[in-house]
Amino acid sequence: MIVTLLLWFFFGYVIFMFGESLNSASFLGYPLAYYMCAQGSIVAFVIILFWSANKQEKIDEEFGFNTGEDD
Amino acid sequence: MFKGKFIDNLPKIYGTYTGGFLIFIILMAIAESAGMTKETIGILFVAFTVCIYAFIGWLSRTVQVDAYYVAGRTVPTVFNGMATAADWMSGASFVAMAGGIYFGGYTYMAFLVGWTGGYILVSSLLAPYLRKFGCYTVPDFIGTRYGGNLARFCAVVVLTLASFTYVTAQINATGTIAARALQIPFELGVWVGLGSILLCSMLGGMRAVTWTQVAQYIVLIIAYLIPIFWISNKGGYGLFPHLMLGEEVARLGELEAQFGLVKNSAAAVKEAGVPGGLKSISLPHSGVPEGGMAAWKFISLALCMMVGTASLPHILMRYFTTPSVKAARKSVAWSLFFIALLYTSAPMLATVSKLSLMDPTLPTGIIGKEISAVMAIDWVSAWTAQKQAFIADFNGDGILQLNEWFMRGDVVVLSTPEVAGLPYVISGLVAAGGMAAAMSTADGLVLAIANALSHDIYFKIIDPKADVRKRLIVARSLLVIIGAFGAYIASMRITSILGAVAWAFDFAMSGLFFPLVLGVWWKRATRQGAIAGMIAGLASGTAYLIYVYPKFMGNPAWLGIDHLRFGIIGASVCLVVMVVVSLMTPEPDSATQKMVDELRVPSGKTILGKQH
Repeated sequence: MIVTLLLWFFFGYVIFMFGESLNSASFLGYPLAYYMCAQGSIVAFVIILFWSANKQEKIDEEFGFNTGEDD
Repeated sequence: MFKGKFIDNLPKIYGTYTGGFLIFIILMAIAESAGMTKETIGILFVAFTVCIYAFIGWLSRTVQVDAYYVAGRTVPTVFNGMATAADWMSGASFVAMAGGIYFGGYTYMAFLVGWTGGYILVSSLLAPYLRKFGCYTVPDFIGTRYGGNLARFCAVVVLTLASFTYVTAQINATGTIAARALQIPFELGVWVGLGSILLCSMLGGMRAVTWTQVAQYIVLIIAYLIPIFWISNKGGYGLFPHLMLGEEVARLGELEAQFGLVKNSAAAVKEAGVPGGLKSISLPHSGVPEGGMAAWKFISLALCMMVGTASLPHILMRYFTTPSVKAARKSVAWSLFFIALLYTSAPMLATVSKLSLMDPTLPTGIIGKEISAVMAIDWVSAWTAQKQAFIADFNGDGILQLNEWFMRGDVVVLSTPEVAGLPYVISGLVAAGGMAAAMSTADGLVLAIANALSHDIYFKIIDPKADVRKRLIVARSLLVIIGAFGAYIASMRITSILGAVAWAFDFAMSGLFFPLVLGVWWKRATRQGAIAGMIAGLASGTAYLIYVYPKFMGNPAWLGIDHLRFGIIGASVCLVVMVVVSLMTPEPDSATQKMVDELRVPSGKTILGKQH
């Protein structure tokens, strides 16, 4: 969970603190800072969520909390 | 009745529904080429979709408390994700967001980051634990965790304030769209919109709202994506716009340099007689403003929206409907996935629509051309006649400059199909999508308020012995009263859509975020601490709003925290007060501490009984 929140902090804030300098780089032809807030960070959030939900499930199973009642 | 079967058949049912909707669009397109008028197409689109939602609402009617408040806790993760996405994406997301990016460029996109990042907080800090708790409403959790009616009551106050600010904006949006599509006055449109919202939610409560929201999500995402892909392919910008608009973004930067970004002085705008609410483009599309202050403003806005997301009751309560704790977590991920489909498209829509206006080498471009020629274009004269667009020739050279073209932000999404020269059927589709977006959010919000009042105030505080029938009658009457009151406020048109939405986030964040999070994660948090925190947070946030908002006191903002960001003040005060008061008062009894421990264990029974 700590890792999740750190990743969230990075994609949510740290990137945009340096927005000015990032924009000189480019990704797929977009200026990078623009790309990050238009798509990059949002996609990253989705991936983090699925990843951490799976991870948490594994941890639950390991400690025997899996109820196995749903999909 | 045949519930298990119904849940199993969901993919099939909604698959058929999507197919039916696509066939309806094709039929409309054929009807248009056969000479059907624009008005009829607009009316048919909105009327057809609203009737379907009402039908679903009627099918889902229920007399069970569990089904009414939490849809029987049987909603599968993916469908709950869709319903949450519809619940979440309001008229503001659908109608105003691309418009905001159109005018605000990079600076505005803090909203995009904020409105998506908040789900990480929801998933890691709150949703699974609240699901485990097994409550019906958000104040239900506060009331049981901290104990006592006062804490419950404070939570209801914050919830009502935040949700009500939000709901008037949504009813306003349904009214605007209904008025335009059905050709009726705005005031009447508001009541028509309200009627359709209530039809969806009154008979079946959460269960009906869940299934209509899934249907609404399907309509709104189709309505948003079709125009973007169409324009992008028609204009030759690339087959898949999300990955292929890099050049266009760069081209916008060149055009901005060529025309020059000029901020008009307020006096000049007033003198030219520009109608209120119309704006010209004065901020760079992809350029990042210089300096630490600009970066701080971006981050602080994103922070407010994220923390606000995690404390908005109508979103949190959607995760009470999943079958298990694990499903609640998965469901948050699916929600964000469905939201991201629209959010990543909004900047693309803004880009293509801005480019088709600004690039003088394109046939659709108007900037840099002669004003008399521009005024002769059909859509320009139509929108200017409705005071949604305006041309002011400041330098008197007869050529339209970038700063001389004014437009209302909300119009960008609705007008883009016309501007790019798509058939009218697409405009009808977009209107239906906007209606779906505004209705689904209004449904969720009205239900959140009515449930909190009926469950937490009426059942838990006033009359704990009320039987099931009486509870549901109270819940339904409250739904109608709140809806009517919201429509009444909305018909007075006192706030702009977007401003009201941002305020709702700040209110929720000031009063609810820390009591919820610390309630789960800090055993030492006491009742007195939570009550003091909620009151102090809300009071200081509101006081600061009054202090800085131009229409109230209009004082200069402290550290750039303006009226869109007042939640930062509210939430910090709430945190400090809550921690200090909690440490000063004796720690909670062992039953409460045990309850908090139990909360963090994902398996096993819910803490509150099934019928409470």
